Amino acid sequence: MIEAFRIPGAGRLKQAKTARFSFDGQAYAGVEGDTLASALLANGVHLVGRSFKYHRPRGFLSAGAEEPNALVQIERDAARKTPNVRATVQELYDGLTAQSQNRWPSLSFDVGAVNDIASPLFSAGFYYKTFMWPKSAWKNLYEPKIRAAAGLGVAPDQPDPDHYSARFAHCDVLVLGGGAAGIAAALAAAETGVRVMLADEQADFGGSLRFESGARIEGQDGFAWAQAAVAKLRAMDNVRVLSRTTAFGYYAQNFVGLVERIGDHLQKPGRDLPRERLWQVRAKRVVLATGAIERHMVFADNDRPGVMLASAARTYLNHYGVAVGKNVGVYTANDSAYAAAIDLKKAGVNVAAIVDLRDNPTGPVINEARALGMEVNFGRAVIRAGGKLRVSSMTVQPKNGGGERTIPVDAILMSAGWTPSVHLFSQSRGKVAFNDETKRFVPGTYAQDCISVGACNGTDGLMATIDEAYAAGTKAAKDVGAKAAKSTKPKIDASESWSRGMLGAAPGAGPGTTVKAFVDFQNDVTAKDIRQAVHEGMHSIEHVKRFTTNGMATDQGKTSNMHGLAIAAETLGKPIPQVGLTTFRAPYTPVTFGSIVGHARGELFDPTRKTAIQPWAEAHGAVFEDVGQWKRAWYFPKPGEDMHAAVDRECVTVRTTAGLFDASTLGKIEVVGPDAAKFMELLYTNPWEKLEPGRCRYGIMLREDGFIYDDGVVGRLAPDRFHVTTTTGGAPRVMNHMEDYFQTEFPHLNVWLTSITEQWAVIAVQGPKSREIIAPLVEGIDMSDEALPHMSVREGKICGVPTRLFRMSFTGERGFEVNVPADYGQAVWEALWAEGQKHGAGAYGTEAMHVLRAEKGYIIVGQDTDGTVTPNDAGLDWAVGKKKADFVGIRGMARPDLVAKGRKQLVGLKTKDPKVVLEEGAQIVGDPKQAIPMKMIGHVTSSYWSQNCGRSIALALVAGGRDRMGETLYVPMPDKVIEVEVTGMVFFDEKGERLNG
Amino acid sequence: MAKAAAKKTAAVTPSAERRPALAGQELSATGVKLAVLPPAERISLRAPEASVAALSKALGVTLPRKPKTSVAKAGRTALWLGPDEWLVLDQAAKDPLADCAKVTALHSAVGISNRNVAIAVTGPAAAATINAGCPQDLSLDAFPVGAASRTILGKVEIVLLRTAADAFRVECWRSFSDYVFTFLSEAARDAAA
Amino acid sequence: MLLIRCPYCEEERPELEFRNAGEAHIARSANIAGESDDDFEKFFFIRSNPKGIIYERWRHMHGCARFFNAVRDTVTDKFIMTYKAGEPKPAKLPGASK
Ligand SMILES: [Zn+2]
Repeated sequence: MIEAFRIPGAGRLKQAKTARFSFDGQAYAGVEGDTLASALLANGVHLVGRSFKYHRPRGFLSAGAEEPNALVQIERDAARKTPNVRATVQELYDGLTAQSQNRWPSLSFDVGAVNDIASPLFSAGFYYKTFMWPKSAWKNLYEPKIRAAAGLGVAPDQPDPDHYSARFAHCDVLVLGGGAAGIAAALAAAETGVRVMLADEQADFGGSLRFESGARIEGQDGFAWAQAAVAKLRAMDNVRVLSRTTAFGYYAQNFVGLVERIGDHLQKPGRDLPRERLWQVRAKRVVLATGAIERHMVFADNDRPGVMLASAARTYLNHYGVAVGKNVGVYTANDSAYAAAIDLKKAGVNVAAIVDLRDNPTGPVINEARALGMEVNFGRAVIRAGGKLRVSSMTVQPKNGGGERTIPVDAILMSAGWTPSVHLFSQSRGKVAFNDETKRFVPGTYAQDCISVGACNGTDGLMATIDEAYAAGTKAAKDVGAKAAKSTKPKIDASESWSRGMLGAAPGAGPGTTVKAFVDFQNDVTAKDIRQAVHEGMHSIEHVKRFTTNGMATDQGKTSNMHGLAIAAETLGKPIPQVGLTTFRAPYTPVTFGSIVGHARGELFDPTRKTAIQPWAEAHGAVFEDVGQWKRAWYFPKPGEDMHAAVDRECVTVRTTAGLFDASTLGKIEVVGPDAAKFMELLYTNPWEKLEPGRCRYGIMLREDGFIYDDGVVGRLAPDRFHVTTTTGGAPRVMNHMEDYFQTEFPHLNVWLTSITEQWAVIAVQGPKSREIIAPLVEGIDMSDEALPHMSVREGKICGVPTRLFRMSFTGERGFEVNVPADYGQAVWEALWAEGQKHGAGAYGTEAMHVLRAEKGYIIVGQDTDGTVTPNDAGLDWAVGKKKADFVGIRGMARPDLVAKGRKQLVGLKTKDPKVVLEEGAQIVGDPKQAIPMKMIGHVTSSYWSQNCGRSIALALVAGGRDRMGETLYVPMPDKVIEVEVTGMVFFDEKGERLNG
Repeated sequence: MAKAAAKKTAAVTPSAERRPALAGQELSATGVKLAVLPPAERISLRAPEASVAALSKALGVTLPRKPKTSVAKAGRTALWLGPDEWLVLDQAAKDPLADCAKVTALHSAVGISNRNVAIAVTGPAAAATINAGCPQDLSLDAFPVGAASRTILGKVEIVLLRTAADAFRVECWRSFSDYVFTFLSEAARDAAA
Repeated sequence: MLLIRCPYCEEERPELEFRNAGEAHIARSANIAGESDDDFEKFFFIRSNPKGIIYERWRHMHGCARFFNAVRDTVTDKFIMTYKAGEPKPAKLPGASK
């Protein structure tokens, strides 16, 4: 069955392949190769949407990416609903389901259309003027209502099930736009052997050759030549050809973002296929062959369905074989609409009249139109389109006034001329120049290594375009070092050419009129709105744009910018170039979030880092917490235990027998070289020169401002070798900090830094039984207290594997940290676990680790410090080498404010009620009865229930804290005030006897 | 008590099993294969210009001085990572750390055999697979066979070595290997395009 | 994404491999402990933040890992030149006319 408006023999689609689809629940049939737009038009459907503000019925303006009106929602399933799809771009597939948008309850009867009648309320700037007061109403009332009424489709409420891929690519010559110009440039460059990429947003290459029936190249129809030329390019190893690919952004140094649409046109996209692929291309040279976009005529009710660009009607006919009407009118200020009229007439469509605003145009197309018997009117204007859901007539009047005549039509083809697509050129930071003669902005000053060719460069005619493009392709290749190749410049046998046109409002929509003559269809901006904006004081085009929202819709003003500018210029009484063009910004057409996100979702959103021992913890029921990118075992609940019970048990086990803890995530840096100790002296507050090899020291690192930056235990393995540990979260930045000083401030020191965080798995064995557990597995290390005292390190073997065995403690118990090569981490852990089982030891997680260290008053940098805490504030003065002449932070630490009295100092807090556990971050006051806002004198940094102490414990930063020992302070909470006593920071084993216990 | 514990150390020394990350993992897609490579000996070697000759001699492989290059000999590869930094790989189970220990010239050699995991990416679509997340130009002109560089893959750092026209070795830190393998797997599915 | 020429790698590499490290040519005093409050303030807190030519430090973090210096125009975002850490501030900039 052939659709009502499909013309047998016209177009290039094969009638054999039917594709069924539905629009607003109605079933239709189209043909493979159709767009949704051409298929609907083949079925005589013009009404496809409602406008944004006035809810006016809208049809198709164009046949391409510039479409402002025909936005629909494509629904594949519950999770795949894509709003705002341009029906002119969406390729048809069998089973496609589309819905119209922005209408309720139906497309032909839309309640919101009352806005059209009430339009005086919605004139330019209405957002700014109408909804000013009261302020709170904006957020709660106006904005939600406006958003609901002005919605553009509905976003899906389920996760996107598709995947998106990404690729970085490099080439010598990137050609953007695959019309005649782009193909010619790509051919010229490709023949020299350089790496070429050619991209076009359409499914088929050819650009305007899709509709230019008068073009013949190399002895064949222009479009057929384009297909053959692209097939030749595809077959070349040095060329990558991308169709359905939009260059959406042109960034610094010839970096161009392309989105390739892979699945949206397929009935059943393969599961392995991404929906879209983002290409981030770095090109040595870029050739812009982005073409030109036809402009509409600005006259009253020019938005009625059936009123469309002449080139669009011609495309629907010559490419898709679809007539946009049976009795069409033409309204033009330029020759190109004649070509459309001629093609339609020849295909059997009645052309009711051609209305040409020009007074006495001459040329072959005009003669041909007359010869075909069409009525041609010069110096006349269409002042109004009739009809509502579909155009039914056009009213014609001499352009300087006079008698009106209404001609019945079912479509109006219009052309006000062509606007070069300088979007990408502009994004490249090139400056456009206004050609006063042709009234168009064309590329002027280039900012990058690119060149514009063809229509986007203001070059008219196929012959001149091919010459220019081929030369540009050749030159681009030569510029990147290619040798000349044999020229195979395409030979033009016949071509079409036109230029000129008009800008701004047509007669009947000029100053003083109040008709709805649309400039920007998508944002419902009329000629009157632009004039009003100027009258209300918007004299810069950027202000006019924001006040009227002209050009700010998703189509980025592709058809409206020049008209808007011309009307503003006329109203301002200034020449166009003085008013200037608004900025073109990426993206050229809307880009999905998916394509930008690419692979970075799900488990690839961010790396999840796991230690070598993690599988054991997982198998033993650990609950994990995220620490930076690491998954760390938080606690190990036994059946029936909650977190509290598990942590209590783990804490008690460590202090009664022993516990095993995976400390592998600690940052580790090997500092090697004859000046290693000197370097350590400069980077840490502590003295290092005299630390004996085999001994360890707790080190504090400051920033130059004197505040604590990191801490950790450092072991000296040899005179020229230190094993430095850092906090888990601090590892990368500490390494960067140390490298910075090593490379730029102290380059005279012979020392190097190597990250060994991941070389070593670290198993902490802590508790009175720790030595008994480790000793049977160790070789070559004397484990006695005399030979291996607290804070020492030895190299030897454990379970036959090399180890760096630290005697150190972050729990206050006798303790060890066993470093083994990461690949052996789990096996050594299992061996230690087996030994531990003999003594009743258990595993403990990060929560118990936190509690145990707090019981001993050991700080955690980043929890008990916040980047404003000095060593003195933290009670760590003892770790600062008093005799040192220099270290990073030495001067910052001496700044007046950092040595002033009353600074916040770390202290312990005990709640008066030992059962009450404070909240970390809670504020502390001296007098709870004072008026709000209270004077806050500090805050809680760490707070836990300590089963070992049988009470709650807390650390806090309190102003003048160390002078307040024994003082009672208060922690006001929403429901109560908690009384606390200021204490020292050590809650358990104050004398430290258990380190050797 | 302390003495008794110390004496026990001479007792049993069970041998621990080595469990490399992602051991044996492989993936095959159109035009590209991924394979986690067996463990190798690795050192991070740092040295000033004056020590390069002595270290090269001891290692049996000439440390490259040209950026983005590597030199391989007898199962040992030295990758230029920075002006005074090399990654030395040994796939013949010979310890480069021990070789460097004999050198008196100024240098720093640190064992990192367990720090890194290596994944081989091979096949005609190997470069495209890596380019899913690596912003460098991997054409043979810009990144020829033997080229080596620390760079980025997605959100992590890798060291990339081109071992043949259609083969790369991707090295990353152990805990990032899961991410890197998963990333490359997803990219591999798309690389034939 | 910019391309930045690393003076150690001797080629332009993608910005993703680099990290900015603040203004360049701010020397840390050899006798920093003896500095006056004013001098320390200038050294640690005061930055020029110019509109136009800035001398700044970058690190080829995920490449050769070296810190180096760059001259960049903050208006055009263009790198004018890069040079190794420790080299003096260039007396004359290539192509300088402003
Ligand atoms: Zn570099």
